[in-house]
Amino acid sequence: MANWTLASLVRGIRTARWPRRDDLPPGAIPARWHGLVATPAEGERSIRDAVWFAATPTSRGPLPRRFRHSVHVRFVDAGASGALISEVRLLDAPPYNMHRFGIFVTATPRDADVLLVGGPVTEAMREPLRKAYEAMPGPKRVVAIGDDAIDGGVFGKSFASAGGVAEVIPVDFVVPGCPPPPAAIIQGLLAAAGRITPQAFKERV
Amino acid sequence: MSTRAALRTFFGTGHPGLAVRDVGMRLSVDSAPAALPDIAAALMHEHGCGFATLVVEEDATGFVARYFFYARDDATLIEMVTHAPPGTELPAISDRVHAADWHEREVEDLFGIRFSGHPFLGDFVLHDQVWPEGITPMRREFDASVRVAQPGLGEDWRPRRLLEEEGSIAFPVGPIWADYNEAGLWLLETPGEQIYASQTRLFYKYRGVEKIAEGRSPAGGLLLAERFSGCAAFAHAWAYCEALERIAGCKLPPRARALRTVFAELERIRYHAATIAELAGATSLAVGKSMSQEIEERMLCLSAQVCGHRFLFGLCVPGGLAWDPATATLATLRAGVTDAAKEFAKLERLFVHTSSYLDRIEEMGTLKPDVATLYGVVGPVARASGRSVDLRRSLPYGAYADHPPEVPCEIEGDAYARLRVYFAEIRASTSLIQALLGELPDGPVAAECAAAPGTALAWVEAPAGGTFHWLRIDDDGLIRRWRIAPPGFRNWHAFHRALEGAAFQDFHIIMASFGLSVAESDR
Repeated sequence: MANWTLASLVRGIRTARWPRRDDLPPGAIPARWHGLVATPAEGERSIRDAVWFAATPTSRGPLPRRFRHSVHVRFVDAGASGALISEVRLLDAPPYNMHRFGIFVTATPRDADVLLVGGPVTEAMREPLRKAYEAMPGPKRVVAIGDDAIDGGVFGKSFASAGGVAEVIPVDFVVPGCPPPPAAIIQGLLAAAGRITPQAFKERV
Repeated sequence: MSTRAALRTFFGTGHPGLAVRDVGMRLSVDSAPAALPDIAAALMHEHGCGFATLVVEEDATGFVARYFFYARDDATLIEMVTHAPPGTELPAISDRVHAADWHEREVEDLFGIRFSGHPFLGDFVLHDQVWPEGITPMRREFDASVRVAQPGLGEDWRPRRLLEEEGSIAFPVGPIWADYNEAGLWLLETPGEQIYASQTRLFYKYRGVEKIAEGRSPAGGLLLAERFSGCAAFAHAWAYCEALERIAGCKLPPRARALRTVFAELERIRYHAATIAELAGATSLAVGKSMSQEIEERMLCLSAQVCGHRFLFGLCVPGGLAWDPATATLATLRAGVTDAAKEFAKLERLFVHTSSYLDRIEEMGTLKPDVATLYGVVGPVARASGRSVDLRRSLPYGAYADHPPEVPCEIEGDAYARLRVYFAEIRASTSLIQALLGELPDGPVAAECAAAPGTALAWVEAPAGGTFHWLRIDDDGLIRRWRIAPPGFRNWHAFHRALEGAAFQDFHIIMASFGLSVAESDR
C-alpha cells in the first residue's frame, strides 16, 4: 500500500501564496475596520499596506518550526458578538478555505496547538476558557480576535466581563477589528504558526 | 368592532377601577398588581394580543413594572403599569401567559423581585456556579464596575433533572462546542438514543449590556446596540435609534425611512443565508453548505461595498442614516441583490430536489402550532409553525406602512418548513428592496435628533423575529434604563419543545434550523 503521507511529505508541495489579488474581492476587507461612523471615503483598504494582526508585548512568538504546515485550532466563544461568530464560521468556507494552509479545527482543546478566542470573557466563560487552555498540550499559543477580546471593547471591564482574554489566559497574538474579517483572522493564525511576520507579509504582497 | 375599540370597552366596563390613557398608538393602563394575571390572560386569550415584553425600572418609591402587549392586527400597543414597593411580590402572570416565563425569571434574578406562583426562580441569568446569592445587578445601588462573581463558588451545582429513569443520563452539550457554535449549555436527557427532555441553559455570554449602558451617552449606547448582537446589528441599531427619535419627537425624512428599510431587508437576506448554510452543514451536506456560504460572503462583501462595513455597523444613527449612499453605490446594491436572488433560487431548487437532505429535515424538530402559540415564539420560527406574526405588519414602522411585506407562513413547524420560510423571506425581502430602490424619495437622509429626556418603546422585526427596545433618557441626556427584548430570548424558550423525541444526532440540525443567535439573546 502506498504511503501517501510520506509521498506528500517528500514531494513537499505547499499551497499557493496568499492573498493573491483575486483572493480578496471588494468588500472582503471592510473600509471601516471597527465599524465606527465615518464616511467610507477612503474606499477599500489596499491589501498591500495591510497587516491585520499584532504580537502582544508578552507574546511567546510563533509555534516552533515543526508546526508550520499543520496547526490545529480550537475556537472558544467567550462572549463574542454574533458577527464575529459569523466571520469565524466563514474561515473554512470556499472563499477563504483555511484548510489549504494546513490549519485545521479540532473538536477538543486536548488536540489543539492554537486557541482562537473571541469576546470580552464573560464571568460564566472564565472557567471554561481557563480549563480549555490548561487542557491544551504545550507548546501552545493563544490568538485573541476582535476588539472586545483585546481590551473588552465597548463592553469594557465590568461586573460581567473580564475586559479581554489576557485577563484570564496569556495571549500571544491579537487581531483587532469589530469584527475582524476572515482574511484577518487567517493572518493571525498564520502568525501563530510562524508562517508570516508583519515584515514578511508586507514584502510578499 | 376593531381590537382597539374592543380593548377600550374591556378596560372601561370590565375593569371599572382602571385608569386608561390613550396615547397615540398606545393604550396605557394603571393596574393594581393583583389584577395583572387576569387582565394579561384576557388580553392574550380573548383579544388575541401578543406579549411584547416586560420592562422593570427602579424609581424613588420602589419598582415600576411595565407589561407590554400588542394587538396583532390593529397597530395598538397595550402598556400595563404597576408599582411594587421594595420587598413586595408581584403575582406571576406566566402560568396564564407562558411567553412571560423567562421574562419573570430574568427580572427575579436581576432585580430581586419575587413572582408569587412562579415555579422556577433563581439560577437563570446569574448562574449559581459563579455568582453569589442575593446580588441584584440591575438595582441602582449595584456598582457595575466591581467584580462580585467568584469562580468555583458553586462547585456542587448540579442541573435539575427532569428524567428520573434508571440508566438515563443528562448529556451536556456546550458551553465549548466541537465546532464554532456559540457558548451555551444544552442538557439532553436520554435513556439511550432519543432525547426525552432537555434544558437550555443560556447566559454564558451575559455581558450585562443593559446595566453597563446606564449612564452612557446615547451615542455610546448605539455602539452597544450594534455590538451585543452583531449579526442583527442594523435591526437593533434601528430599534434603539427609533426609541431615541420617539423621545425627541424627531420625524425621519422619507429617504431615510426608505433606506433604513432597504438595509434592514439586506441584513435579513444575509442572516437567512447564514442560517441556510448552517442547516446544510448540520446535515453534512457539504456542497450545499459551501454554496450557501458563498452567497453569504457575497452579501457581506456587498454590505461592505455599500457602507464600508460587512455587518452594517455605524450606518444607522439617531435621526436617519450616517451618510447618503451615492447613486452608483445604490446601483451596485440593486445589481448585487438581483444576482443573489438568482443564486438563491438555484440553491433552493437543489435543496428541495435532494431527497437525502429532505429525509434529514422533514418532520424533524417539529414545533406544533399550539406549542408555538403557547410560548409566543416570533420570527421565521413562528411563521413556520402557522403563527403569522410580524411586527412589520402588526405595528408598521419605517417604510413598511406603505410597503407591507409578504409574510410567508407554513403550518408543519418542522425544519423543512423553516427552510421554506427562510427562502420565501429572502424572496420577499429581495422584491421589497427592488421596489424601494426603484422609487427612492429624494431629500436628506437625516434629521436633527437632539437628546431629550423621556421614555419610549420602539420595535423592529429583526431577522430572527420581533425585537423591542425600551429606553429612558434622564435629564442629563444620558441613558437611565434601557431594556432590550431580543427575539432569541423568546425562541430559545420554546426550543426544548422541538427537541422532544428527536434522536441525538438530530440535535444540531434542529438547532441550526432555528437560526438563533445566543449573543443576541444573552445581551
